[in-house]
Amino acid sequence: MKQPTKRVPALAAAAVGALLVLSACGGGDIEQSGSGSGDGGDDQAAECGDLSMAVNPWVGYQASAYVVGELVASELGCKVQYRDLKEEVSWAGFSSGDVDVVIEDWGHPDLEKQYFAKNGDGSAEDFGPNGNEGVIGWYVPPWLADEQPEITDWKNLNKFAQEFATSESGGQGQFLGSDPSYVQFDEAIIKNLDLDFKVVFSGSEAASISAFKKAEQNKEWLIGYFYEPQWFMSEVPLVKVDLPPYEPGCQEPASATDCDYPVTELKKIVSTKWAESGSPAVDVVQNFKWTNEDQNTVAAMISSDGMAPEDAAMQWIEDNPDTVEAWMPS
Amino acid sequence: MTATTVRDHARIDGLGSLVRRPPAWLLGAAVLAVWIAAWAGLRGTDTLTLPGLGRTGLHDWFTGLKADLIDSRDSNVLMRATGVLADLVASIGGWLQELVVQPAFPRPVPQIGWLGVVAVAAWLSYAAAGWRIAVLVTGSFLAFGYLGYWEDSLDTLIVTFFAVGIALLVGLPLAVWMATSKTVTTLLTPVLDVLQTVPAFIYLLPLTLFFGIGLPAAVAATFLYALAPVVRIAAHGIRSVATTTIEATDSLGQTGRQRLQRVQLPMAKKTIIVGINQTVMAALSMATIAAFVDGPGLGQPVLRALSAQQVGTAFVAGLCIVVMAVMLDRTTTAASERAELVARAGGRDVRRHRIVLAAGGAVALVLVYLSRTYLWAAEFPETDLGGSLAAGVQSGADWVTSTFDVLTSGVKNQVTALLLNPLQDLLANSPWWLAGAALAALALVFGGVRGCLTAVACLAGIYLTDLWNDSMVTLTMVLVATLLVMLIAVVLGVWMARRQRVDTALRPVLDAGQTMPPFVYLIPALLLFGPTRFTAIVAAVIYAAPIAIKLVADGVKGVSPTTVEAATAAGSTPWQVITRVQLPMARGGLVLAANQGLLYVLSMTVIGGLVGAGALGYDSVLGFSQGEFFGKGIAAGAAIVFLGIMLDRVTRRAAERTGAGIR
Repeated sequence: MKQPTKRVPALAAAAVGALLVLSACGGGDIEQSGSGSGDGGDDQAAECGDLSMAVNPWVGYQASAYVVGELVASELGCKVQYRDLKEEVSWAGFSSGDVDVVIEDWGHPDLEKQYFAKNGDGSAEDFGPNGNEGVIGWYVPPWLADEQPEITDWKNLNKFAQEFATSESGGQGQFLGSDPSYVQFDEAIIKNLDLDFKVVFSGSEAASISAFKKAEQNKEWLIGYFYEPQWFMSEVPLVKVDLPPYEPGCQEPASATDCDYPVTELKKIVSTKWAESGSPAVDVVQNFKWTNEDQNTVAAMISSDGMAPEDAAMQWIEDNPDTVEAWMPS
Repeated sequence: MTATTVRDHARIDGLGSLVRRPPAWLLGAAVLAVWIAAWAGLRGTDTLTLPGLGRTGLHDWFTGLKADLIDSRDSNVLMRATGVLADLVASIGGWLQELVVQPAFPRPVPQIGWLGVVAVAAWLSYAAAGWRIAVLVTGSFLAFGYLGYWEDSLDTLIVTFFAVGIALLVGLPLAVWMATSKTVTTLLTPVLDVLQTVPAFIYLLPLTLFFGIGLPAAVAATFLYALAPVVRIAAHGIRSVATTTIEATDSLGQTGRQRLQRVQLPMAKKTIIVGINQTVMAALSMATIAAFVDGPGLGQPVLRALSAQQVGTAFVAGLCIVVMAVMLDRTTTAASERAELVARAGGRDVRRHRIVLAAGGAVALVLVYLSRTYLWAAEFPETDLGGSLAAGVQSGADWVTSTFDVLTSGVKNQVTALLLNPLQDLLANSPWWLAGAALAALALVFGGVRGCLTAVACLAGIYLTDLWNDSMVTLTMVLVATLLVMLIAVVLGVWMARRQRVDTALRPVLDAGQTMPPFVYLIPALLLFGPTRFTAIVAAVIYAAPIAIKLVADGVKGVSPTTVEAATAAGSTPWQVITRVQLPMARGGLVLAANQGLLYVLSMTVIGGLVGAGALGYDSVLGFSQGEFFGKGIAAGAAIVFLGIMLDRVTRRAAERTGAGIR
């Protein structure tokens, strides 16, 4: 009675077996064309080996990661694997051997403590600045800065606090906090500067960008945490609000912060094991250095023009042969 | 899902009716009145508020556990064992990927190209579920390719099948064990509760410590989330095989093993396949989440599009997930129905079926050979379809968000001012002991003594997480969202039940709403409502409404047509028929819809944290994003579990007390 149902697994097994036989003998024209398409990179590939590149979830990071990745893949024949990860997980990847390079680090003292040789397990090391400068701070949409120029001075913020109130801020002005991945001192700054504002966390970068986009479109009042380099700045050039300038020590302890964020030198962090591997890609990552404009160019290709990160990176590499040449191993 | 004894319940109700208790809603209103009066005097005291970036000793202690784990990586036996396991998963997964997705060195393409994959998939689905399903499967696979996500779709399928396979290997024996032993049921139920309610964000980071990143972590996370449905539903199926059947066959002197193999398992087959179906769906819903730890598949393009605000691109990738969900859902359902049909139909058509199968198999093998040999059959031809669909969706979304945002801001402000803020004020600005006592009293009124005991235990647990205030804010959002879900569900559900055409038109939309990854519609929702609690509520409603609508529709459809006809014949207007006959008689469906609505809404808490909802959702994301807040994330996960168990149990008890039990 039940023969047909029993037949199905048997037939399936036979089919899978046949497939395996087919896969094993293989052949045909793909095989031949395959061996010819390596561009003579085969012997170099052995030398460069694998590179596992962490890709943190923002477009500027993608730009840097893919420019370096595509460069070493095409010029040195490395086998590059891009791994989409948040910062915290990327660093854990150094320790487990899953990640070789973080190309844009905004400063994570707690992670350095855990993974650098000084206090931690020594699985990661600092490979120096990548040339980008991170400017973190309080920003308003451009229409607002045009219409109320005095808003860009923090001393005037309380005057306008009510204008910034929203359904979320409970009667005070709303300050839009950002993605929880980013180090933020805004609750402390607001308290210590005696501002009549309440921090409402957007919860993600996507939410912050949407909020600023909407605010500019509809001329809504909005102030919040933002930063550059960031592709969105080329679409809506947010204007920075001046807080009391940063001085060393004004963020210590964090709860006493009463000043602006310092300009951050973005840097490269790599796996110690990989750094000692002798791969020529190590030199490229060490030499890699470019400007905020360079990164914004590639990021805009990805986000505004909708190019695949690989294509955008290759395009930039072709357009900037001199810069690229300087990164190559001597 | 816990088997409660109906008899116990009848006894309690019997006693209750002797004492002539006032109706529950009156008691509930009384509790509420006392609560509001006390709140007016004590508002803002003892609220246990913790700032957004604040944390406590307990949270730091959890964080310390993680640091210890990392330090002990080389000596920890468990971590080394999971490491070996992860390597095994990675190598099998890598082999599968080289078979169909990634270039199999030295070939520039995978072992089997797209044509071969489509052919084998069509043949397998024909063998298991018939030609209609084979057409559906072929169409779905072609859609993956034409939309431009061939590789990512196959990656998602690999992860899903891998995780579901392990879930079945582990889950089915567990289900059998659970069905045959009360003790095991008692022990496993809370574990399954936790697995189903704890947000994946909470265990994603610890998982990477044990399984690394990429495919093994994705498989592990998906497995954990997908395990519970199959265990629960299969155990329920085995347990509900009629006792008379078991007694009858027992009298023939069968052993326990024979009873299981020859009676219980075959008779529960259909329910078991429903469990497998639910497990597949749960696994698929993890596709985007797994992309946070570099899980291969469709989640990656969705997340990337999100970071570049490309709604259209995210939609197309999300559409592939919807297509895949529908394909897998219909295939497993049809396979189960077919298994039954074939078993009953006997020898008829078997010969023809076998000939077709053999011929189809031969054709499939030829196509596989072609796809190994020729480039055109190996690489899916590039098309513009995905790109132009993305552009169309993008401009549509842009138009909607720029045209309606004034209107939607108004709606947001009204709901926030009239519903959300007052309720949050009451729940979160009451002293913790007052809110706790009031919630326990409400649980007693609606859920009886047992419901109240569960609520008290869960509230105590929440208190111990040091996140009381955040939990109350999250609870407020969950309640408001569920209220909106039920309003929509009753209106649409009744409409669907009364008009077959509406039902046919709405079902696919509901399927899409349930399976489309929320990340796809977050950006439009943000542009319409800004980063607010209301946006989180909207996202939760989109996700939870479909299941509630379906349950209400099924409930109303289940009302006996003769009753409805009698009411109509007696001169009732359609409105009277709906409000006096159909809805009251479909009470069971309504309560089940509310229960599922609550749990689905709660499962969106973390997504809410990504769009400005704050509270427990934000705490969870914070814990995943920043090492020093890891422990706070764990505590938030625990608080979400406690909220989930409390809401689930109290609504279940309430349902039983109104005579509308939930399975």
